[in-house]
Amino acid sequence: MMADAFLDIADLSIVLRSDRAHRLLRSVDLHVNPGEVRGLVGESGAGKSMIGKTIFDILPRAVEAVEGAVTLGGTDLLALSSNARRREIAAAAALIPQDPLTALNPVRRIEGQITDRLTAILGFSKKAARDRALTLLEEVHINDPERVLRSYPHQLSGGMRQRVLIAAAFAAEPKLIVADEPTTALDVTVQKQILRLIAEMQAHHGTALLFVTHDLGVVAKICQNVTVLFGGKVVEDTDVKGLFAHPAHPYTAALINATPRYDRPDQSLLPVPADVIEATRAEIAKADAEWLSQRGQTLKAAS
Amino acid sequence: MTTPLFSVEGVNVALPDPNHKSLLGTMPMVEILHDIDLEIEEGSVVGLVGESGSGKSTLGRTLVRLLEPAAGTIRFLDTDISHLDEQAMRPFRRDLQVIFQDPLSALNPRHTIASIIGRPLMLHGLAQNRRAARRLAQEALERVGLPTAFAARYPHELSGGQRQRVGIARAIATQPRFVLADEVVSGLDVSSQAQILTLLDQLKTDLKLTVVFISHDLSVVRRLCDRVVVLRRGEILENRPTAELFEAPAHAYTAELKAAIPLPEVDQGWLASQ
Ligand SMILES: Nc1ncnc2c1ncn2[C@@H]1O[C@H](COP(=O)(O)OP(=O)(O)OP(=O)(O)O)[C@@H](O)[C@H]1O
Ligand SMILES: Nc1ncnc2c1ncn2[C@@H]1O[C@H](COP(=O)(O)OP(=O)(O)OP(=O)(O)O)[C@@H](O)[C@H]1O
Ligand SMILES: [Mg+2]
Ligand SMILES: [Mg+2]
Repeated sequence: MMADAFLDIADLSIVLRSDRAHRLLRSVDLHVNPGEVRGLVGESGAGKSMIGKTIFDILPRAVEAVEGAVTLGGTDLLALSSNARRREIAAAAALIPQDPLTALNPVRRIEGQITDRLTAILGFSKKAARDRALTLLEEVHINDPERVLRSYPHQLSGGMRQRVLIAAAFAAEPKLIVADEPTTALDVTVQKQILRLIAEMQAHHGTALLFVTHDLGVVAKICQNVTVLFGGKVVEDTDVKGLFAHPAHPYTAALINATPRYDRPDQSLLPVPADVIEATRAEIAKADAEWLSQRGQTLKAAS
Repeated sequence: MTTPLFSVEGVNVALPDPNHKSLLGTMPMVEILHDIDLEIEEGSVVGLVGESGSGKSTLGRTLVRLLEPAAGTIRFLDTDISHLDEQAMRPFRRDLQVIFQDPLSALNPRHTIASIIGRPLMLHGLAQNRRAARRLAQEALERVGLPTAFAARYPHELSGGQRQRVGIARAIATQPRFVLADEVVSGLDVSSQAQILTLLDQLKTDLKLTVVFISHDLSVVRRLCDRVVVLRRGEILENRPTAELFEAPAHAYTAELKAAIPLPEVDQGWLASQ
């Protein structure tokens, strides 16, 4: 375990319950220090959201963690009972989930959905919680916070819903925030303001931030370190300068080359080449074969 | 001059105002879109950009008549569709497809991907039976870069970007004349993104598909769109050919947008910069 990491994921594997040889995460190592921003990038379906779901104990029923450790501020979460674990997480960490509309309760006004955390976790009075919610909404650059508090989720635009979730995550001043593509629905000016706000928060509270994104531009501007995931396996773990200057894995290099830039409109847009994908898949198959040969019998016995 | 696919004139849209409790029968409304004029040529890709909350999704939904304008007219080819009811809109539905901003909420959780894509095909008479619908669904999945085996899965068994691509597959499977694509590539890695952009380009060339492409990613907009419409607070600020807009933004706001695009180059001072 990393000495000063606040979030420390070590050797984490999760599998399908119906086919325990099928791993969705493959011996993943990932850690985030207090005050650090770590980017988590990789192809769609690579398992980025599964990492967040494992930390917050909200994995779909069809999958389960079969080995590895998730340590939060020194506490091994996977060793706790489900209740103790949820309490521990609620006090220390917040998730900004990927799908804002489904993360919000459709038949409840926004107000309660932000203030719940304040009254339940920080012991705010109702009035104080409302005031704090208004301030938070202003901080995420919502122009008419009063209206937003009174609205139902469907009455807000996509980007407003996303900012409501960002505000709710900040509300309880967590030590870790896992942000799963939190700015996809924000225009670039608002995005920049929000990213600045996150940086300020971190400076004040030493928050550790795991930032899932497809936008390598955002990675370049806010992350210190980056984990690249492919097919549930970490293919690269590096500091941000190294990522762009000398990507170690061919998949990472291809990803950077495929990034469109408005200042180079004529550069042709090429997906990651098939041979890079093939080679990376082969690498994974090899790791899987080794993993299975060590555990095949126990895996079968458990199912 | 050929008839545009859409002509929009003087359109206003108002929606219920959450600030007021509805008093019996009279629902107080707020105006979301104001005096919108817009023509969309067949076979063109029009980017729709602007601040979060400026009314992009609302404008898109009004075009395909999921919302009704409070004033003004919307013409689809030769038909005034401004106030057609659901029944009268039905013949147009196949040609007017929507890919929604929130993929999960737009996909029925109790249906498999095969039936999510396949049902509309049977409804519109594009597939005679379930088997044919399933085959077309699998073809559509392949075109958006998903394994055909996903046909048997349910929406919650997919990742965010995979669901997003199911939405795209469903929309293109009916071979529509028009697609409203609301923030469809923001949840995709750049490689899948490139694949979808290439697909849209192809459909445009081969089938004269017309697209309204709502996006915050200006690099993608620059790449894909023939024209760009900039919305601000419910009004159209600029509507110009893409290259022109990027090279010489007429409006301070457009210039501001351009300046805030994070390029993939490490720069620790960027956050603090204006
Ligand atoms: N219930 C399930 N049964 C089987 N496979 C599943 C299930 N839920 C998710 N998966 C698969 O697990 C993989 C990882 O999903 P995850 O949501 O973590 O991807 P992701 O990296 O977040 O992708 P995206 O960038 O598209 O959001 C995906 O390939 C997905 O299809
Ligand atoms: N059903 C509704 N009832 C009342 N107001 C609504 C409704 N839907 C949207 N609005 C309001 O209309 C405005 C425009 O919303 P819209 O969803 O069109 O914005 P947008 O430009 O798509 O933003 P984003 O980029 O954040 O998705 C917002 O202020 C929103 O709160
Ligand atoms: Mg995800
Ligand atoms: Mg929108």
